[in-house]
Amino acid sequence: MSQLLSEATFANETKQPTERELKKLSRRGQGGFNRRTGFSWGVLGFIVLAALLWIAPLYLAFVNSVKSKADYTTAGPLSLPSNITFENITAFWIKANFTEKLWNSFQISFWVAIFGVLLSFLTAYAIGIGRVKGRFFILALFMIAFTIPAEALMYPLLKMAKMVNLYDNIWSLIIIFSVLQSAFGTYLLASVLSDFPTEILEAARIDGAGSLRLLWSVVFPLTRPTLLVLMVFFFIWTWNEFLYPLVLLPSNSSQTVSLSMGLASGQYTSEPTQQAAAALVGILPTLIFFLIFQRTLLKGVTMGSVK
Amino acid sequence: MATVTSPAVRKPRAAKATKSRPASTGLYWPWAIPGLVAFTLVVVVSFVWNVYLSFTKWNQGLGTPKWIGLDNYIKLFQDDTFWQSFLHSVVFIVSMAVVPTGLGLIIASALFDYIAPRFGNGSSAAVRAAFFLPQIIPIAVAGLLWSWMLSSQQGIFNVTMVQWGWFPSVDQAPNWLGNAGLAMLSVNVVLIWIQIGYTVTIFMSGLARADQSVHEAAAIDGAGWFQRFRMITINQLAPEISVVLLTTTVAALKVFAPVYVMTQGGPGTATNVPAYFSYFNFIQTGKVGYGAAISTVLALLLIAFAIYLLRLQTKQGENR
Repeated sequence: MSQLLSEATFANETKQPTERELKKLSRRGQGGFNRRTGFSWGVLGFIVLAALLWIAPLYLAFVNSVKSKADYTTAGPLSLPSNITFENITAFWIKANFTEKLWNSFQISFWVAIFGVLLSFLTAYAIGIGRVKGRFFILALFMIAFTIPAEALMYPLLKMAKMVNLYDNIWSLIIIFSVLQSAFGTYLLASVLSDFPTEILEAARIDGAGSLRLLWSVVFPLTRPTLLVLMVFFFIWTWNEFLYPLVLLPSNSSQTVSLSMGLASGQYTSEPTQQAAAALVGILPTLIFFLIFQRTLLKGVTMGSVK
Repeated sequence: MATVTSPAVRKPRAAKATKSRPASTGLYWPWAIPGLVAFTLVVVVSFVWNVYLSFTKWNQGLGTPKWIGLDNYIKLFQDDTFWQSFLHSVVFIVSMAVVPTGLGLIIASALFDYIAPRFGNGSSAAVRAAFFLPQIIPIAVAGLLWSWMLSSQQGIFNVTMVQWGWFPSVDQAPNWLGNAGLAMLSVNVVLIWIQIGYTVTIFMSGLARADQSVHEAAAIDGAGWFQRFRMITINQLAPEISVVLLTTTVAALKVFAPVYVMTQGGPGTATNVPAYFSYFNFIQTGKVGYGAAISTVLALLLIAFAIYLLRLQTKQGENR
């Protein structure tokens, strides 16, 4: 998207233009409307202030998580810590057994990314390339599946998990999320695959490729970038899920990061700095993930708009 | 949606219309079997089962469910708490769909054709990133973060206000999440905080795709920013606006985690929403049939939205 932005807008994209450059631009009749005036500085100031207000909660969580509780009560939550302590973070980490939560969340999200994309790709292949009968009905059904509330499936899934002895086991969540995410993934991939170049498919079919050859040596290699984007999304969506873990993972040792965060909210009311530390520790994994996959994630916001 | 298509698999749409696909060689439907079987087991069976449960009484999910016909639904439509929870949903639609769409349009357009041309793309990208940040935080963590800040005894707001001398002690300061009148407002502010990043990002990518020459021509003719915003931007972004409004409305109707984490639907039922009300009956009070009835009503409402969205997208696909 940043590429699109720079194509679409103006010459002065990276460096701040000098007065001379601006004058040159306005002489060419292109920059004249875009002069910086006192008013435009005011607009910038206002919008930057709003942006700072938006990230203030994260800043406050960070500042207060490295502050001692005494410091919090005497100097207040807005001041910088008089000395930096990691006590709160380690205390929360140990109390919540956070390493275990991270590992649970990671396993669930990882396997859902793999199985979810695999299921999506196979079904979307049959629909987008194979054009099987009833494909519109299937896609409409899948779309309804990711629109209905989780509460409308939750209780039967809980009973089923108990029946097959997967209650309080992360595999129940891996199965459920793989299927739910693949409903969205199929919907998306089917539309991508139905735009697949006909010439390539034709050529491969004339060469005698059956559906397996076509899938493995033609469609899969060319769709791989899209599948990777989808994996990133399945991973992060699964990481953020709350209701299913809440219902299906009652014991402490199987809980996920998101779930333990939601439950922590009522637990540390008398320990404000520990609560800040909990919030910070909960934000960090997704923040790191975001910084790594920033481009993919920003691109995908528009894709996720149908979810 | 085309944004995820890699250049290798993208193809002009016109070609599809002129050329028909060759008769396929090979079998394709077997590839759909794993996906369809899994979908049937997890989604279709669960949904049908849940609808069945809504016609039964099944205390705590113990023993066998007892068929009671429409009793749950009759009780539901006479239940004030149920109607109140939908009324709250309307408020959530305002704070998750209407307000973020309005503010998102203004911010995106200000960043895209006011800030970026004057101060560079770097500044507008930084501001956009700041607004987007709440979007990447898991909702449960956002709930934890805000219930910490809004906490009546130790929260940032109250401690700071006492420090500044606005209130003699935290006991006199507002109880943001514990007061029935304030809790709804507090939760909705948090949801606006979360949602803006989504709308700003979608609208900015829509603006990047839209034809800039119209804007330039209007600017040359002397149209100010607000005039261009009203006459051009809104029209160019019409498809994005309708999709964003619909998807965020769906999200608003499904809200669960923020309510669970911040207020548990309370105090009393002050922030109760259908999703939470359903969960509460299923799990907390063990009235399984009643919970199933609530979730079925909510599901039917959302299915109606899904079908509308589906038709909208098919229409937009044809127009493109």
